[in-house]
Amino acid sequence: MSTTVVRPPQRKRETVERAVIRFCGDSGDGMQITGNQFTNTVALYGNDLATFPDYPAEIRAPAGTIPGVSGFQVHFSSSDAYTPGDAMDVLIAMNPAALKVNLADLKPNGILIVNVDDFGETDLRKAQMTSNPLEDHTLDAYRLFSVELTKLTRAALKETGLDAKSMDRCKNFFALGMCYWLYNRSMDSTLRWIEDKFKSKPVLVQANCLAMQAGYSYCEATEAFQISYEIPPAKLAPGVYRNVSGNSALAMGFVAASQKAGIPLFLGSYPITPASDILHALSAYKNFGVITFQAEDEIAAITSAIGAAYAGALGITTTSGPGMALKTEALGLAVAVELPLVVCDVQRGGPSTGLPTKTEQADLLQALFGRNSEAPVPVLAPCTPGDCFWIALEASRIAIKYMVPVIILSDGYLANGAEPWKIPEVSELPEIPVRFETNPVDFKPYRRNPETLARPWAIPGTPGLEHRIGGIEKQDVTGNINYEPLNHERMVRLRAAKVEAIVQEVPDVVPAGDPSGDLLIVAWGSTYGPITAAMKTVRTKGHRVGHVHLRHLNPLPKNLGEVIGRYDKVLVPEMNMGQLVMLLRAKYLVDAQGYNKIQGKPFKKSEIEQKIHEMLD
Amino acid sequence: MSTATLPTPLTKKDFQTDQEIRWCPGCGDYAILSAVQSVFPELGIPKEKFVVISGIGCSSRFPYYMNTFGFHTIHGRAPAIATGLKIARPDLEVWVATGDGDSLSIGGNHTIHMLRRNVGLKVLLFNNRIYGLTKGQFSPTSELGKKTKSTPYGSTDRPFNPISLAIGAEATFVARSVDVFQQHLKDTLRRTAAHKGSAYVEILQNCNIFNDHAWESLTEKDARSENVIQLEHGKPLIYGKNHDKGIRLNGLELEVVQLGNGVSEKDLLVHDERHPRPAYAFMLAHMEQKPGFPTPIGVLRAWDNVPAYEDLISAQIHEVQEARGKGDLAKLLHAGDIWEVRP
Ligand SMILES: Cc1ncc(C[n+]2csc(CCOP(=O)(O)OP(=O)(O)O)c2C)c(N)n1
Ligand code: SF4
Ligand SMILES: [Mg+2]
Repeated sequence: MSTTVVRPPQRKRETVERAVIRFCGDSGDGMQITGNQFTNTVALYGNDLATFPDYPAEIRAPAGTIPGVSGFQVHFSSSDAYTPGDAMDVLIAMNPAALKVNLADLKPNGILIVNVDDFGETDLRKAQMTSNPLEDHTLDAYRLFSVELTKLTRAALKETGLDAKSMDRCKNFFALGMCYWLYNRSMDSTLRWIEDKFKSKPVLVQANCLAMQAGYSYCEATEAFQISYEIPPAKLAPGVYRNVSGNSALAMGFVAASQKAGIPLFLGSYPITPASDILHALSAYKNFGVITFQAEDEIAAITSAIGAAYAGALGITTTSGPGMALKTEALGLAVAVELPLVVCDVQRGGPSTGLPTKTEQADLLQALFGRNSEAPVPVLAPCTPGDCFWIALEASRIAIKYMVPVIILSDGYLANGAEPWKIPEVSELPEIPVRFETNPVDFKPYRRNPETLARPWAIPGTPGLEHRIGGIEKQDVTGNINYEPLNHERMVRLRAAKVEAIVQEVPDVVPAGDPSGDLLIVAWGSTYGPITAAMKTVRTKGHRVGHVHLRHLNPLPKNLGEVIGRYDKVLVPEMNMGQLVMLLRAKYLVDAQGYNKIQGKPFKKSEIEQKIHEMLD
Repeated sequence: MSTATLPTPLTKKDFQTDQEIRWCPGCGDYAILSAVQSVFPELGIPKEKFVVISGIGCSSRFPYYMNTFGFHTIHGRAPAIATGLKIARPDLEVWVATGDGDSLSIGGNHTIHMLRRNVGLKVLLFNNRIYGLTKGQFSPTSELGKKTKSTPYGSTDRPFNPISLAIGAEATFVARSVDVFQQHLKDTLRRTAAHKGSAYVEILQNCNIFNDHAWESLTEKDARSENVIQLEHGKPLIYGKNHDKGIRLNGLELEVVQLGNGVSEKDLLVHDERHPRPAYAFMLAHMEQKPGFPTPIGVLRAWDNVPAYEDLISAQIHEVQEARGKGDLAKLLHAGDIWEVRP
């Protein structure tokens, strides 16, 4: 076993370009916290990074079982990190179930740290293992470190006076300390975090700090590890950075939009994974005057936001698939009454409850067409966690400028994944002009701005503008109830033309990679990372490949058809059964090929590479 | 002191629209519209501050006929839309027009949650005990056994008593009136307008097309005084053509008593709309379900000590801003651990 070491004269420190590390254990083992702390530390050090938190839908499945396994993967690099990484260099497995679920992704000769104290017979049985992998040579291909994590943590904490159970809860910090040693990282930011997090319970501050320091010292003292690694800071563009997840970026983006527009932000929402964190974040921003309304259901969530928009606020609503389905009818109302609204769908696996904590991109057609009758809406999709901030601003700006509900399609992977984000100056943010109608002279609620086709935003409380709106078909210009056949057709076409007019806001696409050639990859949403990573290696092999990543899914960029025409083949990777590809085939009469993965997991870089080769070799 | 020119007082006409009214001739909705249009100008509120929100149904066409801001929304959702509006603009005077199907069937959930939150909305429930707009199916207030298009053999559904439901949801203001009792209806609307928090008013309304005579036993000239009891705060519960009947509390039961023969007004229950116990309001609300008892109209409950939802929300935002200072966007963006990459 690798733990029997011959003491090396001096331990090696090797500089590597990148590493992928995954912490996994039971849902109760604090793996998400551990992963987040590690992420923060490497971010502060200046590495580029991408993360992939993967946790079960059950809050606490029976301890030690396969369904209870929670994991957090971090890819950090001195160059770029577009994805959380296909395979790990280091795996920390807190119990047999975690080992079983995650081992397949560990690279050959990768570092495997296990808590040997949790590999007893009952632990193995809970993971449905018949023999102990630590002893039966299944792990021979890896550098195995069997560490007595529980015993060592207890030993380190014996002075704290905590009971055994509380001590055991600190063992994730022991493991984290080991990883900090392994990658030569300072523990400072985590020490600060612990102090802040447990400030009301000093004994827990002491215990968690001790556990982490003990993990670090353990590596130092036992010389179990003969080597440690150095990953220099990445050469990111100059600027001030922070870590953001997609959900926190969306929340900040909406606050920024409200500030730029100079109108209050109103969020109507009903809790649902993986969107709830947006509600949580915005609820804490009361100092920005943000109104958060946790409604009785998703219908009240969207309709309250429509009511707020009618009142002159920036009305938004956030949800995931099942909630999106419930909002359908109200979205149609927002289309009919032409009020600004932003609906944010953080997609997850479906149908129905599906895979609440796993990612998917299968709500695209629902977003585009999932309403009765002709009810077009603009649809936007962020491509990275940080991009969520900009998409929130863009969606709000379009909603207000065109008096239209806008859908944002994020997904579970963007929502929880994190990346370093270059903080913009407030002055760099786009302006969001708001004009409330005030002139009662010849006021007509459906008279349109000739450029945008938007109707006026005439909010209650404005003298002389009393008027009625509603879901019944309206007469063009006056907005009075009207059932005439030709008027209806005109209104249907006007609503569609208004959404089409937004194309003037959509920048022409410029493909990444080759501007023309063998293959164009067209994609949207969170597949940006793996495709970008795969593009690099494929192009070094002499293929002429371009990549267009759509942030606007309706209307599509003006020049998309022309760009598609410059390539021999078109590939559309999606985490669904082929939704964008269907649209592209229909709209551009192009023989685009889908590449579909519906496993609740993002694409791996290698999967995309392989598919490209399949198409080109 | 500056001398401001007083605005010309509003009149009923100011609240009438040029839209052709599309209710059936004889529909009770006309009377309700007329009462609302009479009361609004009296309230001393500028016209532009009024907003009428409705769901879907015959009754929900109401906003089109009111010359105020109006929003005809979707079936059942008016309370939720109005909640968003009222929170965003607490200064507006927001009224909701809804039907028995709209408010109690598809919108039941929003109704109870609006009431428990005590959002400052005035809700007029047009209860015709039928689905009017969809041409005559039974509604959640239709009586058991009722024959309608969708219940040719009689309804097997137990109905809601809207008043009980509102009280059960801890509504702070619950009242009932009748389309044809114009004076009473207007008085009730004035009381409704004065309430802070959710006000829920059931208006018994006749649909002469699909459920004619639904409230006849209460509205017929001769039957009226025998079958209806008008509640007034601080007054004993007396009714009858000759004001000779009363309601007395006997243990935990109400009983109808004949005044005289040793029974005097002193023995009767005295109405207390601020009574803190739900049991009291429930007892009144359930009275009509017992044979031989009159149906109460008027204000059943008016609690004035519960803060309105929108005020709590505004106050909380104000408190946080006082404590933390107004939000600074640059600070928000730079919150947490940050690092600088130098050129
Ligand atoms: C989502 C939806 N379902 C069904 C309908 C059809 N619908 C319109 S009004 C109505 C019932 C109206 O009854 P009520 O609320 O009592 O109003 P009334 O017409 O009696 O005034 C129904 C079922 C609809 N408009 N929307
Ligand atoms: S159907 Fe009934 S409720 Fe509807 S307008 Fe006609 S009479 Fe009134
Ligand atoms: Mg009805």
